[in-house]
Amino acid sequence: MMTLEKLQELKEKSRLVLEERLKEEDNTEVKDGNFILKGDYYRKQTRIALRNCEIIRPESIDEYIALDGYTSLGRILTEMKPEDVINTMVESNLRGRGGAGFPAGRKWAEAFKYDSDKKYVICNADEGDPGAFMDRSILEGDPHSVLEGMAIAGYAIGADQGFIYVRAEYPLAVKRLKQAIEQAKEYGLLGNNILGTGFNFDIELRLGAGAFVCGEGTALMESIEGKRGMPRTKIYRTAQKGLWQKPTVINNVETLANVPVIFQRGTEWFRGIGTEKSPGTKVFALVGKVKNAGLVEVPMGMPLREIVFDIGGGVADDKAIKAVQTGGPSGGCIPADLLDTPVDFESLAKIGSIMGSGGMVVMDETDCMVDIARFFLDFTVEESCGKCVPCREGTKRMLELLEKITSGEGTEEDIARMESLADTISSASLCGLGQTAANPVTSTLHYFREEYEAHVNEKKCPAGACQALLEFYITDKCIGCTKCARNCPTSCIDGKLKERHVIDTDRCIKCGNCASVCPVGAVIKR
Amino acid sequence: MKNVTLTIDGKQITVPEDYSIIQAAKELGIEIPALCYDPNLEVVSACRLCVVEIEGSKKLETSCSVKVREGMVVNSETEKVIKARQDILQLLLDSHPNDCLTCQKAGECLLQKYSYKYGVKFRKHDGAMRPELMDTSSPYILKDNSKCILCGKCVRTCSQIKGEREVLAFAERGYDTKIVLDSDKTFAASKCVSCNRCVTVCPVGALVDKRLIGKTRAWEADIKTINCKVCDYGCEFEVLSKDNEKVAVRAKAPSNGRPLCLKGRLTTELLNVDNPDTPYRKIGGKFNETTWTKALGLSNVIDKIEKLEKKDEE
Repeated sequence: MMTLEKLQELKEKSRLVLEERLKEEDNTEVKDGNFILKGDYYRKQTRIALRNCEIIRPESIDEYIALDGYTSLGRILTEMKPEDVINTMVESNLRGRGGAGFPAGRKWAEAFKYDSDKKYVICNADEGDPGAFMDRSILEGDPHSVLEGMAIAGYAIGADQGFIYVRAEYPLAVKRLKQAIEQAKEYGLLGNNILGTGFNFDIELRLGAGAFVCGEGTALMESIEGKRGMPRTKIYRTAQKGLWQKPTVINNVETLANVPVIFQRGTEWFRGIGTEKSPGTKVFALVGKVKNAGLVEVPMGMPLREIVFDIGGGVADDKAIKAVQTGGPSGGCIPADLLDTPVDFESLAKIGSIMGSGGMVVMDETDCMVDIARFFLDFTVEESCGKCVPCREGTKRMLELLEKITSGEGTEEDIARMESLADTISSASLCGLGQTAANPVTSTLHYFREEYEAHVNEKKCPAGACQALLEFYITDKCIGCTKCARNCPTSCIDGKLKERHVIDTDRCIKCGNCASVCPVGAVIKR
Repeated sequence: MKNVTLTIDGKQITVPEDYSIIQAAKELGIEIPALCYDPNLEVVSACRLCVVEIEGSKKLETSCSVKVREGMVVNSETEKVIKARQDILQLLLDSHPNDCLTCQKAGECLLQKYSYKYGVKFRKHDGAMRPELMDTSSPYILKDNSKCILCGKCVRTCSQIKGEREVLAFAERGYDTKIVLDSDKTFAASKCVSCNRCVTVCPVGALVDKRLIGKTRAWEADIKTINCKVCDYGCEFEVLSKDNEKVAVRAKAPSNGRPLCLKGRLTTELLNVDNPDTPYRKIGGKFNETTWTKALGLSNVIDKIEKLEKKDEE
């Protein structure tokens, strides 16, 4: 049977083996006694949740143990009372990384309070924002950190059963988790009588069938219970009556991955990182028109500009930055002149966006803000569960209005209707998905209203992205080679050899063939 | 149970602490509009029409789900609340066919009632409408999906009779959400027993009693409630009369554990309606015209009685 001493021995032994391997592979360096990945991109980050990713081999529990894995759990089970564990969590002020930022310690404290024959810990691994892959990377790269975090939560609240609700579209994550659970059980770090302390904790996987809304806590629980994934109305808190009406704690993957480190290094250390109200780090999926796209973990409070330019290397093709979208379909577009906003829960909320689970999309001057809003609304309409009226009917109507505007049929009244609709959807929807569904519209309307107005009044898309509002035009750079005319599928280009050609815009279907075949770049969109 | 005192629209009331705001309001004679709420069913807060403002909370709260608290101050008809209700009703009307003139539910339809109250009208638009899917396979129930507002009351009441019923369910998602029977079957092909529980709770004309269609609507009928005598439950039915002729019988909403059933309804109809329509029986996934004797399962009984009476005569 695994004991604390044996774990310590194993750690020392494994550490030597791991050091040997890392030295040989030579893509890591040691900073403050910890391994970090080499390169500027990583050096500028502070990796807590991602501490082991790409450093240890995720299939190896020994390598996780080598880097202090399961020592927090061991220490907690042998030295700490559940109340003390909760106090430490409250003190750390670790806030939920899934998006809403609710303090994890307070959730635990609440679930601890209720007497029950059964309690549950759920790991929300139903990551679903378009372009987000933070949780996936942790599950695939360091599955044990999540398991350890869950076991600690289980001990704290008095639960002996955990569930990981993970997307079926993450087959590698599922495989790694299964393997990790098996290994942990084999080592006596999960299952019955963990480390000989009498504490039992088992973890099972539940696979989501790809519904975005199942990332919402109550819908997730409905789904685990085998029902249709629709959010519940909150008569009681999840901590009081959650899964099968039992006290339940739901934490996100990244939140749980932070837990073991907080117990290793202390709350003081943790609170020393980030801001006072948002301590610690946050992982972002930095994507879009940025040079170095990828996962970035930085202290909370770092200005957006630093993330995009210092770590991300700035905008691709050296175009001008127009906005950064944070928070996925529930978030908003932050305009370039607010790039010095520190990235933490409060600051982002203040400027009409949200931290969200960590999506960060960089947009340049060729991105149309109306079209971006349309994109996110399209996603929400697709993912609405259909339960409540404002979300089911309202987002559909809003999308119709946005489609009308981007196709050049919109009017000033449509903008006003959208604003009124946004207000009702936000204030009257049942769950977070609906309550935040209008954010992409309200934030772009707030910061980029002139773009909406250009669409409806001048029937122009300033970014040149909305196909219906574009016009292809041949400038006087034309050398009369006839290539465009020969390649036009509707034969709408006229012109004699060696003379400037002209497009008949009435017949043009805006396929763009002319522009791509023109040898001198004379065909432009306007 | 403890009692708590709260204020709704300036009026104080003391109610048990497990009451929701909508229940407390009802005690005060304040009707908060709601489409998906039913005291006999699980609370789902789907229609959002019952939103109210609670002092100290910036958000709108659904009065069906929020429990009363000591000292709570609720305002049920503020400008913000009314705007939300009007928008919600407009969203529902935008997807709803303009058929009140000939709809069997007119006069009792909650969508109609609240639209009237809040001054919301049908309007022309070129957006999507719910597809006109109609299930005409049953002689007892007409299901018109285009009128459905997806409150889910039918699903909840059907699933209260475990095992035997649990026929209705939600299918698809978002705007395409619809109510289906079993795995999207018709009334005839599904295991539906035509108990009409769903019909009694439907707030609109999406599920109607087909045997009423064309006979009378609520406001022009004399309605008398009677209890079914077929079994101990004694479910309630209404006898509808028009011009002194008893024209139809319909089920009242099930409550107090009363399940409702087809046999009870047909028996009540036979005994109370002057000229009852032909009854139907579902055999092999099809409804067939049948005799009253067969519909009520009385063949053996009547045969035996006839035999005995013949003997007596001899």
